[in-house]
Amino acid sequence: MTLLIGAATIGLVLALLALGVYLSFRIFNFPDITADGSITLGAAVASILLVHHWSPVVATLAGFMAGVVAGTLTGVLHTKFKINGLLSGILVMTALYSVNLHVMGKSNIPLLNESTLANQAESLATRLLGGGKSEFLLAGWTVGVRDAALLVGVLLVVIAVGLALYLFFRTNLGTAMRAAGDNPQMVCALGVSVDFIIILGLALSNGLIALSGALLAQYQGFADVQMGIGIVVWGLASVIIGEALVGTKKIGVLITGAVMGSVLFRLLVAIALRWGLNPNDLKLITAAFVFAALVTPAALRKLRLASKPAAT
Amino acid sequence: MLDLQDILKTFNPGTANEVRALRGVTLTLERGSFLIIIGTNGSGKSTLLNAVAGTFRVDSGSITLAGQDITGQPEHRRARLIGRVFQNPFSGTAPNMSIAENLALAARRGQPRGLGWALDHKLRAQIRDRIRSLNMGLEDRIDNAIGTLSGGQRQALTLLMASWLKPDLLLLDEHTAALDPKSADQVIRLTHEIIQRDQLTTLMVTHSMQQAVHLGDRIIMMHRGQVIEDLRGAEKRRLRVDDLLARFEEVRRADRLDETAAELLRTRYV
Repeated sequence: MTLLIGAATIGLVLALLALGVYLSFRIFNFPDITADGSITLGAAVASILLVHHWSPVVATLAGFMAGVVAGTLTGVLHTKFKINGLLSGILVMTALYSVNLHVMGKSNIPLLNESTLANQAESLATRLLGGGKSEFLLAGWTVGVRDAALLVGVLLVVIAVGLALYLFFRTNLGTAMRAAGDNPQMVCALGVSVDFIIILGLALSNGLIALSGALLAQYQGFADVQMGIGIVVWGLASVIIGEALVGTKKIGVLITGAVMGSVLFRLLVAIALRWGLNPNDLKLITAAFVFAALVTPAALRKLRLASKPAAT
Repeated sequence: MLDLQDILKTFNPGTANEVRALRGVTLTLERGSFLIIIGTNGSGKSTLLNAVAGTFRVDSGSITLAGQDITGQPEHRRARLIGRVFQNPFSGTAPNMSIAENLALAARRGQPRGLGWALDHKLRAQIRDRIRSLNMGLEDRIDNAIGTLSGGQRQALTLLMASWLKPDLLLLDEHTAALDPKSADQVIRLTHEIIQRDQLTTLMVTHSMQQAVHLGDRIIMMHRGQVIEDLRGAEKRRLRVDDLLARFEEVRRADRLDETAAELLRTRYV
């Protein structure tokens, strides 16, 4: 049970990453590798502020803002300097590795003795349940108070962020953003600066990803300079699973799908590891999975066409 | 209203692919006039339209629209004055978004976009009304994705979008060329209606001699980046398809003569 709750919580934390990746990859069709650097940046900034006894909420928001800056940078490289999107992301990601080391001052910051959002959630839950119990019974299962508090806390954050994103996509600015990904020529003809919209979108996307990093560091109790490696593929996997789960193009459903995809993916990984999957193979399998998910729809379509050639 | 002074544009200057697309175009258009642009392939018709729209910066010359010098303005800034319909029906609409959302985007053409709701009840009702006037049965499908519609339907919607906020200038770039004859007729009828109703100043590029003859109150013919014919008023009204074809043939013969002369000079003196 603890394993499942833990996996679901991490899945939810990484759902923010999935939402960020959804924004860049699905809205703009922009595979933004900045994610690998910005998730660590969010964790680094939040952690160093926590070590200096800043309020956890402020530290987490600062992590978000750091991601916004990183995304803006990628967007400016891409739009103003006409650098290929993938390369802009690679440049910023590479630069961020050094930046992250400078921010953290060392390659790993433990947060075990700091006041974090995780600890605050735990103490709040303990107070609500009354008394110093560290576990309680839920439908016959023994559940750790800390585990449950974190799960509920993260769930609330993800719901709030997902809802905000959904509402944003229905505003004038948000509609223009979706349209800019769909048909830049048209949006330009309607008076929207596509460059500005791309920069804004990447800033928002990387802000969400850094927010995910800030929460992840507080959940696992440390920030590590290596924690972002390959994370963008993880986000892609979540988005793709989410799309397969919901199967429509409605924006609200897709946002929910990305969240569900992230949680499901993390649960699958937890189960696979429990069954004896070598953790070293995890990234290889993730990459192979994303490859399969990207290729399968086209292959299926071809098969279907080949099986009934007379259909029009 | 629209004033073009000596517009020059060369693509890929200094390379083997150098194209002198516009070679000194000067043109003045009064408010409410409807100008048809015809010309041979590569004569610079669409380039002229794109120069006005701001797809690229011109090399020299000035463009004034509604009393403002827009020569240096980027495309998206000019959009507050200009409505556009493209040749490709896929260019004017966002396929994965609904009809209503597309029109909501057009309803704020050139205006700042903030965090207000893109669609409210009032706007939805307006959208449904205007779409009903198209007589295409689309008014009950305004929440469907535009990608599911036919080229003609999309072009009609793009026209509606371009003219939603009455533009100072409407640019139509062979907007029926990619449609089947029936849809093309329908879109042309709609074009005529909208331009008449709102008294829009319009530039329309076309390949169709019928459209060139029947629409507009002024016509220019372009060739090799220059305006070689400019008819208006009674002259324009008297114009027949045969006159246009004859003029095209004349241009072609002159071209061939040029080439023969050049060839002759080359063989004799080089």
